[in-house]
Amino acid sequence: MTTSPNSYADKAAEVAARATPERLVVRVRALSDRAIAWLFIAPTIVLLLAINIFPLFWAIYLSFTNFRANRPNAEVKHVGLDNYTRVLNDPDIWVSMQTTAHFVFWTILLQTLIGFALAYLIDRKFRGHAFWTTLILIPMMLSPAVVGNFWRFLYEPQIGLFAYAVSFLTGIPTSEIQMLGSVNLAPWAIIIVDTWMWTPYVMLICLAGLRSIPDYIYEAAEVDRASNWRQFWSITVPMALPFIMLAVLFRGIENFKMFDMVNLLTGGGPGSTTEVASITLKRDAFEAWATGRSSAFAIVLFVAVFGLANIYVKALNRVKQR
Amino acid sequence: MSSAKAPSAKTTSVNAAHSVVEPSSRSKRIAATLVIVYAVVTMVPLVWIFLTSIKSPPDSISYPPKILFTPSIEGYCNLFTTRTRQTAEYIASLPEPDGVCDAVTRQRNMVIAGSSNFLPRFANSLIIAFGSTFLAVGLGTLAAYGFSRFKVPLADDLLFFILSTRMMPPIAVAIPIYLMYRQLGLSDTALGMMLLYTAVNVSLAVWLLKGFIDEIPREYEEAAMIDGYSRLQAFRKVVLPQATTGIAATAIFCLIFAWNEYAFASLLTSGSAQTAPPFIPTIIGEGGQDWPAVAAGTTIFLVPILVFTILLRKQLLRGITFGAVRK
Repeated sequence: MTTSPNSYADKAAEVAARATPERLVVRVRALSDRAIAWLFIAPTIVLLLAINIFPLFWAIYLSFTNFRANRPNAEVKHVGLDNYTRVLNDPDIWVSMQTTAHFVFWTILLQTLIGFALAYLIDRKFRGHAFWTTLILIPMMLSPAVVGNFWRFLYEPQIGLFAYAVSFLTGIPTSEIQMLGSVNLAPWAIIIVDTWMWTPYVMLICLAGLRSIPDYIYEAAEVDRASNWRQFWSITVPMALPFIMLAVLFRGIENFKMFDMVNLLTGGGPGSTTEVASITLKRDAFEAWATGRSSAFAIVLFVAVFGLANIYVKALNRVKQR
Repeated sequence: MSSAKAPSAKTTSVNAAHSVVEPSSRSKRIAATLVIVYAVVTMVPLVWIFLTSIKSPPDSISYPPKILFTPSIEGYCNLFTTRTRQTAEYIASLPEPDGVCDAVTRQRNMVIAGSSNFLPRFANSLIIAFGSTFLAVGLGTLAAYGFSRFKVPLADDLLFFILSTRMMPPIAVAIPIYLMYRQLGLSDTALGMMLLYTAVNVSLAVWLLKGFIDEIPREYEEAAMIDGYSRLQAFRKVVLPQATTGIAATAIFCLIFAWNEYAFASLLTSGSAQTAPPFIPTIIGEGGQDWPAVAAGTTIFLVPILVFTILLRKQLLRGITFGAVRK
C-alpha cells in the first residue's frame, strides 16, 4: 500500500480524513468523488462544445441566411425558412436521400450477415484462427479514400483486375463490366468496396459479443440436450445481439454520411446515380457556394440521423437490459 | 433461467480438454476452410496494390493484368520525385546517373526535377494522427471512467450527446469550422487538424472505453480504497492496468480514423498541413493517374498502421473480448 498522495486533491482528502471523525470522512470522500467525476468529464465536454457544438449552432444560424462562403464581405440577409422550404421541395435532394438509403441498407445488411458469420466461424477456435483474423482485419485499417482511389484502378474495364476476374469467372466480356461507368453497376461498385472494407469491423464487434457469452450457458444447454440450432437461436444470437446492434449503429451513422470513398470512386456519377447526401452537400456548399442553403440541408440531415439514432439507441438499451 | 443452472456446471471438469462446448473437429475444419477462403479473397486487392507498386508503368496497365513481371522500382521513384521530359540528346549529354531512380527516370527520357510533396504530407499524417489519438484516448479514458463509476446527472443524455457529435456529416461541419479556424489562425495547421480529429474521435473513445471500464468489477477499486488508496490512486493503479487492453484497442480505432480521414483534410487543408489521403489520389503522371506511384504511396501509407496493429494484435483480440474481466 502506497501512502504517497499524488495530487492536491488527494492530499486534502487525506488531511481531512485524518483530522475528522468518521461521518465527515464519508462526506469528504463523496464530495471529492463528484469533483473527480466532473474533472474527468469536463475536458471532453468542453472540447466537443468548442469543435462540434459551436460550429453546429453557427451552421444553424447560417441556414437562415443567404450567406455565401466565397463572398464573406457581402451583406448577409436573413431569409427565414426559405432555405428549408427549398431543400425539402427539391426533388434532387429526395433522389440523393434515396440513393443514400439504398447504400446504407445494402452495406449494413451485407456487412452484418458476413461479419457475424465470420465471427461465428472464427469463434470455433480452429488452429491458426488468430492469424487469419488479423489478416481479415487489414482492409478496415486502410483509408477509404486511398483505397477507394485504388479500387478505381481495379474497376477499370480493360486493365482492371476486378473486371478481368469477373470476366474470367462468368465469360462476360470485360468491356461490358463498366463498374463505375454504368448507371446500374456504379451503386454496387461502391457497395462492394464498402462491404469489403468494413465487414471486418462488424466481425470484430460480433466476435467480442460471441466471446462474452460464458461457456457455462452452453454447458447448461448441453445438459438440457438443446440442439445446436436451438442453442444458436436461443443463446448465441440473443446474447450477441447488443454487440451486433452496436456495430450496426456505428456502421449506419458512418455510411449515412459516407463521403470519401464515393467522392473518389465515382464523384457521384455517372450522372447523379451515386450522389449520396454528402456529395450533394459538397456540390452545394463547395461548388455552388450556396452556404446558407447547404447548411439548411445539413441540419435536415442531422435531424434525420439524430432522430433515427435516438430511436435506435432506446431499442439497444432495451435489448441490453433484457 | 440460465443463471439458476450456472452452479451445476462444474468448472474444474468442463474446462479440461474435452469440454462439452468445444466445437467438434469437423466443424472446426469447415470453419477454418471458409475463413481462410474469405481471408485470401479479401487480401487480393491489397496484394494487388503491392504488386502494382513494384510494376513498371507499362506493366501496370497491360491486358490481361500481369501476375508475373520484372519488378521495377519506378513507382517508388515517381512517388518521391517530380520529373521533366527532356530530349534524348540532352539526356545523353548528362554525366553518369546518380542512383537507381536517376537511371530509371532517364530510361523514360526524363530527368528528376526535384522531390515531390509526398514526404511532407506523410509527416503531417504521422504528427496529426498520433497527436490526436493520444489526446482522444486520454480524454476519453477520463470521461469514460467518470461515466462508468460516478452518478453523473443526466449521464445517458450526456453520453448520447457525445455520440451525436459524430453524426454530423463532415461536410456539414466543414464550413463553420473553416470560418472559425480562419478567425483563430488555425486553418491549414497541424494543431487545428489535431484538435478536430480529437473532437471526432473522443466520442468513439468514450463509448468504447466506458464499455471496457464497466466490465472491470467495481470491487477491485473498492478493495483498494479500503486499503487506503484514494480514488485517483485506485483509478491509476487498479483501473488503468485492468483497462490497458481496452485502451489499446480504442487507441487503434482512433489512430485508424485519424490516419485515414479524408473529408476534413481535403476541405480544410490545402498546403502546409495537408495529410497523405487527399494527396495520394492527386499523384498523376503523363496522361493520367500514375498507378505504380499511387500504389507505392498507398503501400507506404499502410505500413505504420500495419506495424502498430500487429504489435498490439494480442491485446486487440483480447481487448475486444473484454478480457480484462477474465480472472
